[in-house]
Amino acid sequence: MTQADSLNLTLASDPVQLPAVRDQLRRWCDQHGWHDGQIADMVLAVDEALTNVIRHGYEGKLGGKIEFSAQITNEPDGATAVEIRVRDYGKQVPLEEICGRDLDDIRPGGLGVHIIKSIMSSSEYSHAQGGGMLLVMRMRKMDESEKADPPKRCP
Amino acid sequence: MTEEHHNLGVRTERDPDATILYLNGEIDLRTSPRLRDAFLNLIEQKPAKIILDLSEVGYIDSSGVGTIVELKRKTARHKSKVILVALQPRVRSLFEITRLDAFFDIVETLDEARKK
Repeated sequence: MTQADSLNLTLASDPVQLPAVRDQLRRWCDQHGWHDGQIADMVLAVDEALTNVIRHGYEGKLGGKIEFSAQITNEPDGATAVEIRVRDYGKQVPLEEICGRDLDDIRPGGLGVHIIKSIMSSSEYSHAQGGGMLLVMRMRKMDESEKADPPKRCP
Repeated sequence: MTEEHHNLGVRTERDPDATILYLNGEIDLRTSPRLRDAFLNLIEQKPAKIILDLSEVGYIDSSGVGTIVELKRKTARHKSKVILVALQPRVRSLFEITRLDAFFDIVETLDEARKK
């Protein structure tokens, strides 16, 4: 049986959606042979991205539309990767403000972008055509035996 | 329907040395308000030491970590100690990549936490 090369979900900006998205992404990655460590990292990065959309893009309002996709793809050197897209129709945040905060300033909030950047191979925010934000992030697949770099500590 | 393991359970136990919160389940944007409520109730009692047993927490995100940071900051005003116990590897990893492992007192066992 072949597994779908992409996972596409449309969801509402509501925290109750998060566990189901995490479960679906875990299952999909598992079907594609990703190992547990990378799956857990990817699930966390997606959770953080969706949390940011709910909190900041839609400012906590329920029912805003979020489109999520995960697609198996190839890196330029032929390595397998997954590309994840999170698109919302909420507030457009100036791109220069999406940088995460100084970690020495210890307080609640503001950690999501740091976590995404430390986990994923790449991540890029842009203003989506027609309004809202688009986040595209990628993770390169590694064998379980391959010693992956531990998630980067945020600078 | 949300499966049971996605929920967050909070059980409080008081002993002469500390107030212990046993948490189990997942801490994310959906469940962190429940954790925050439990913390706010606890802070009112001004315990000298708060131990968070995280051995049964299988998932935490920045909402959960932020809620625990908030607890520590609020309790610091009346000099309460906050100690985290028995973090699962994935949970510990999040504290490490956000460099909050240096901000918190983290130990392996409840006995160690009681002695602190």
